[in-house]
Amino acid sequence: MFIRHETLERNAFLMLVLTLLVISIGGIVEVIPLFTIETTVEHVTGVRPYTPLESRGRDIYVREGCYTCHSQMIRALRDEVERYGHYSIAAESMYDHPFQWGSKRIGPDLARVGGKYSNDWHYAHMANAQSMVPESLMPHYAFLADTPLDLDDLLPRLKAQRAVGVPYTDEELANARADLLTQADPAADNAALLKRYPKAIQVGRGGSQPTELDALIAYLQVLGTMVDFADPANENLRQ
Amino acid sequence: MANAVEYNDDVVKKFVIACVFWGVVAFLVGVVLASQLAWPELNLGLSFTNFGRLRPVHTSGAIFAFGGSALFGTSFYIVQRTCHTRLFGGEALANFIFWGYQFFIVMAALSYVMGYSQGQEYAEPEWHLDIFLTVVWVCYAVVFIGTILKREEPHIYVANWFFMAFILTIAVLHLGNNLAMPVSVFTAKSYNVASGVQNAMIQWWYGHNAVGFFLTAGFLGMMYYFIPKAANRPVYSYRISIVHFWSLVFMYIWAGPHHLHWTALPDWTQTLGMAFSVMLWMPSWGGMINGIMTLSGAWDKLRTDPGLRFSVTAVGFYGMATFEGPVMSIRSVNALSHYTDWGIGHVHSGALGWVAFITFGALYYLVPVLWKREGLYSTKLASWHFWIATLGIVFYITSMWVAGIMQGLMWRAYDAFGFLQYSFSESVSAVHPYYVIRMLGGVLFLTGMLIMVYNLIQTVRGPARQPASLAMAEA
Repeated sequence: MFIRHETLERNAFLMLVLTLLVISIGGIVEVIPLFTIETTVEHVTGVRPYTPLESRGRDIYVREGCYTCHSQMIRALRDEVERYGHYSIAAESMYDHPFQWGSKRIGPDLARVGGKYSNDWHYAHMANAQSMVPESLMPHYAFLADTPLDLDDLLPRLKAQRAVGVPYTDEELANARADLLTQADPAADNAALLKRYPKAIQVGRGGSQPTELDALIAYLQVLGTMVDFADPANENLRQ
Repeated sequence: MANAVEYNDDVVKKFVIACVFWGVVAFLVGVVLASQLAWPELNLGLSFTNFGRLRPVHTSGAIFAFGGSALFGTSFYIVQRTCHTRLFGGEALANFIFWGYQFFIVMAALSYVMGYSQGQEYAEPEWHLDIFLTVVWVCYAVVFIGTILKREEPHIYVANWFFMAFILTIAVLHLGNNLAMPVSVFTAKSYNVASGVQNAMIQWWYGHNAVGFFLTAGFLGMMYYFIPKAANRPVYSYRISIVHFWSLVFMYIWAGPHHLHWTALPDWTQTLGMAFSVMLWMPSWGGMINGIMTLSGAWDKLRTDPGLRFSVTAVGFYGMATFEGPVMSIRSVNALSHYTDWGIGHVHSGALGWVAFITFGALYYLVPVLWKREGLYSTKLASWHFWIATLGIVFYITSMWVAGIMQGLMWRAYDAFGFLQYSFSESVSAVHPYYVIRMLGGVLFLTGMLIMVYNLIQTVRGPARQPASLAMAEA
């Protein structure tokens, strides 16, 4: 059964193969079942792909490294639920490529920041966080308001997400640009947008072109709002 | 023992210089970030100076640029000596690995500040850089394993077991965690193949084992060569080497889920991660005991050899951090410690105390040998470096303990009426003094580093070693 360790020490190939075997086991046991066990991601109603504007906002969230200071994961602990709202469930980040659960709270958790503050508050806060929260350590993101949102590769970005499993329909892709412009214009008729993407919040301050800040705020405003935890129809939550 | 082998020390020297350079850069950016957290105006409000974009420059700079260059250099040095053979693959390949890796580091750092990021901690570089790094890494594996295969010694020395496990596992982790769909061939933006909970698990399987294999296994390889060499004593226990090597590489891989306690990750995965993290304490301490006990009968050398003092203190910090880690991985402790500065303190007692100190020990040993100098320019300056850096670490980790535990307690404190007692912003104001102390700790650590830079430069500029003593040292 047991081979002498000396045999391994004299045979690099054997040592490498055995090392590879030994380091593979833990990963296989912990990762593979998460893709196969049905209950890992809950079946709930309400979770939808991000609107084109929210998705672009999320790209900016990732680009600016917001995850280095903000988590998006309310843990199942009493104080967190009271501070931030219902604990996060796996289904809420099922379309998040990549996940942004974070690891450090230099600022507060953002998993349910959507709807907590007005658009105006966000515009003021992003430009100068200390103007709204004097104690804040957050950098200023005024430059986002001055940067027009790049729409050239909107479709390739959404298609890349569809390729990895976000269920954008052909109709949604065909209307992506129109939906984005609608959501970034508070005066626009949003009936078609809401039909495709329920609960999408219109942002924008009436500028001629959507800015990166518009997109980011649209993303922040949807965070944690998709699942209605008060809805008794969400029986599937208990599984 | 006379030996006619001519080692490739040229590439080792290059990596030593790169390691020192990136160390200064990484520590400096760390001090800048610490200052930004103490005084947020220092973010300047510019896209490329804001904390969110600079933070990966610091983490990648410390881990991959400083730590990585140290690992490449020392592993090439050690594998040639312990196999009694010249590096496999020739000069050109070794140089490609050096310049390729440096190019990767520069491009990664530039891409972060320009706003290209995959948004996954310690795996921020976008897909095209990931592919390039894979090429460099495969070459590294070929050179390292090739050298082992053509060795003149019958046994593979224990340091090389750790280096091989490190090279192999990092390759597996890098490929597993960076599977992503690019937006287009010409766009430096991609979306990870996994999402949500699975993405989280894969990321922390990667993230924790970047610690386990890059920052632990690789640096243990360093420990297993330089401590016995500097102390002139054999490794304390051959049996511990075997047992702790195999148990360490087996158990580390399981520990990732302790970064995801109380989250939407299923409980069974969290529990497995916690159990293995606690068990990991033992193989970790096996390594610590083996390193420290190697000094049996040679403790007096700590007084005269500042390099060895760094190495041994490093192993002490390793023992401390690998005890703290398992404690923090216990779910109920983690409920308090996670998301707080306690985690930041823990990482730095490992990164500064273990990784950087064991590297300093190796550098003080290597520079006089590689540049064929009589010895260090000044052991006194090295002592100053040691005490200033140690004081810096103490400032850093104690302030983060206090800040972290305070945050954890404030977030969960209830008042007499059953309401949450503190707003989040109150916990932010409360830690300000500790952020200032942490910044001072960083300044001290950086100051020590600069003293070392001066000392090493003066060493290289000093008189060459006499041929007689040269032969003795190389034997």
